[in-house]
Amino acid sequence: MGSSSLDTELAVLERDHLQLLLDILGKRGYRVVGPTVRDRAVVYDDLASVTDLPVGWTDEQDGGIYRLKRRNDGALFGYAVGPDSWKKFLHPPVVRLWRDKTGGNGFQLVEEDEGVPRFAFIGVRPCELHAIAIQDKVLLNGKYRDPSYEARRQGLFVLALNCGHAGGTCFCASMNTGPKATFGFDLALTEVLEADRHYFVVEIGTELGAEILREVPHKAASQAEKATAEGIVAKTAGQMGRRMYTTGIKDLLYRNYESPHWSDVAKLCLTCGNCTMVCPTCFCTTVEDVTDLAGEHAERWRKWDSCFTMDFSYIHGGSVRASPMARYRQWMTHKLATWIDQFGTSGCVGCGRCITWCPVAIDITEEVNAIRRSERGS
Amino acid sequence: MAQARKPKLAVWKFASCDGCQLSLLNCEDELLAVAGHIDIAYFPEASRAMAKGPYDLSLVEGSVTTPHDVELIQRVRRVSKYLVTIGACATAGGIQALRNFKDVQEFVSIVYAMPEYIETLATSTPIADHVRVDFELRGCPINKEQLLEVISAFLHGRKPNVPPHSVCIECKRRGIVCVMVAHGTPCLGPVTQAGCGAICPAYHRGCYGCFGPQETPNTDSLSKWWSHLGVKDQDLVRAFRTFNAWAEAFREESIAHEK
Ligand code: SF4
Ligand code: SF4
Ligand code: SF4
Ligand code: SF4
Repeated sequence: MGSSSLDTELAVLERDHLQLLLDILGKRGYRVVGPTVRDRAVVYDDLASVTDLPVGWTDEQDGGIYRLKRRNDGALFGYAVGPDSWKKFLHPPVVRLWRDKTGGNGFQLVEEDEGVPRFAFIGVRPCELHAIAIQDKVLLNGKYRDPSYEARRQGLFVLALNCGHAGGTCFCASMNTGPKATFGFDLALTEVLEADRHYFVVEIGTELGAEILREVPHKAASQAEKATAEGIVAKTAGQMGRRMYTTGIKDLLYRNYESPHWSDVAKLCLTCGNCTMVCPTCFCTTVEDVTDLAGEHAERWRKWDSCFTMDFSYIHGGSVRASPMARYRQWMTHKLATWIDQFGTSGCVGCGRCITWCPVAIDITEEVNAIRRSERGS
Repeated sequence: MAQARKPKLAVWKFASCDGCQLSLLNCEDELLAVAGHIDIAYFPEASRAMAKGPYDLSLVEGSVTTPHDVELIQRVRRVSKYLVTIGACATAGGIQALRNFKDVQEFVSIVYAMPEYIETLATSTPIADHVRVDFELRGCPINKEQLLEVISAFLHGRKPNVPPHSVCIECKRRGIVCVMVAHGTPCLGPVTQAGCGAICPAYHRGCYGCFGPQETPNTDSLSKWWSHLGVKDQDLVRAFRTFNAWAEAFREESIAHEK
């Protein structure tokens, strides 16, 4: 991204001017989406104004537990990631791929042309920038590009947010994906709350970001303001709720394909699929062909799928991964090991969602520890 | 697909509340389409049509609870090319299968003034315990979109899109905030088959399990988590012993928590 004409100096945007920035994005035709509180969680949805943000909210997270809590300040981004990820916009859970328009006279396929909006994402966390980059690799960089993803991904505006609060299940620091945004954004903010002042230190990532920033009141950041922002991110890095020991992780999992530990975790695993649904990098889908009663109209729909279902590995004669043990092993080995061979990166960015949103608190970091322990025979 | 002869549909009732048949009647607009493409040959609930079999597709509602039912279901099977059961009663014995855990003669003697007129079996059992079933559609009541999907699929000789995975998957696809994780509300979604569209979580309620066990239900692990949320054994028995009490996974789990 870094074009040489970019202003590499950091800027400062006062909290009260953030609304102007959202307005400008709206005027430029973006569909502005970001964090908001619904049903006692921070989810991603359309934002009309700064007041739609989770003002003064934070969360407590642990395995299988998420609780929204009040903060004692007016922070706009003082929470850790919730159940939604941006894949709900870029790689939606349910899309129609095509329909047949002939009404029974032969077959003429009409590809879906949904008139996809241009999105502006507000408050994208560093781990999520990595997750988007990973989905780009999977869905755009191979021989076959996903047109639905591509249409949504093109023209995306990203306002990133360096983390000032690490959640109880976060471990981006161990995955080298946060808590500071290093690429993939147009503008990146660090939120600073002081006794009598609330502002953002802004880093410019692209020419477009610079252009948009020029339209709102801002000034150059002082040394003190820069230092404050750095301090916030450094403090967050020290507050990770979880830690993943990644040394030799690929070989560890390849070596332990037959580890008895997989049966232990299978006793707990509900094969419910929640972990794959909330994971910002999981991309698997299934297709369903439907017809109407008359048999005159056909459609093909694509839906998020999960390697925890039996149908996922169903081939002639049955499911390849019939046991929950095989399915849990597939998920974890794919995230942390085979993904590396397949796409050149880890499939895990350390966001912690699979830990928080697993209904029975199965913890991917703990499972890695357990495999390491079982190898040492202790 | 011009068809010389419209396929014949029959709808049969065994022990049930009629709710599932009503789902078919509830299809208002779609029902016209159904009637346009299918000859609704036998549907006492909806019409006087009582055309004789054989039928291309029989939808069977209700469970087997009387000696008469035992005979009738054999006859239904003989006159049906495809037999699809609809709802928790036909598929798992229904709420009336609660009798299976007790002595039914005792109920009969208490409830009825003249118990000698009551001819009933000791158990309420699903249709598949008696005859071969081609497809079981879950739900209490069934979901009308799924019903239309099953009818279309059978009419066109394809597999119905009725996934046997958990409710959680459709809950997450809808973007519903998990009531168990975010609110601490016990939810049966992880062990229950999808199909309802995660209605209860959408209204901030835990899933009641009315679609019965999912394909690989880990009821033991979920029960342990519920206990951790403060649910007592007797309430675990109740949770698993509702619409699908006699479905194997739910039955065994409820028995495990009975003192
Ligand atoms: S595997 Fe878990 S922690 Fe890693 S990216 Fe996916 S949801 Fe986040
Ligand atoms: S972990 Fe499972 S659902 Fe996720 S990408 Fe891999 S195979 Fe697909
Ligand atoms: S690990 Fe947890 S979230 Fe994932 S399938 Fe198993 S029980 Fe469900
Ligand atoms: S609310 Fe219930 S059905 Fe939905 S994800 Fe949570 S446990 Fe599963």
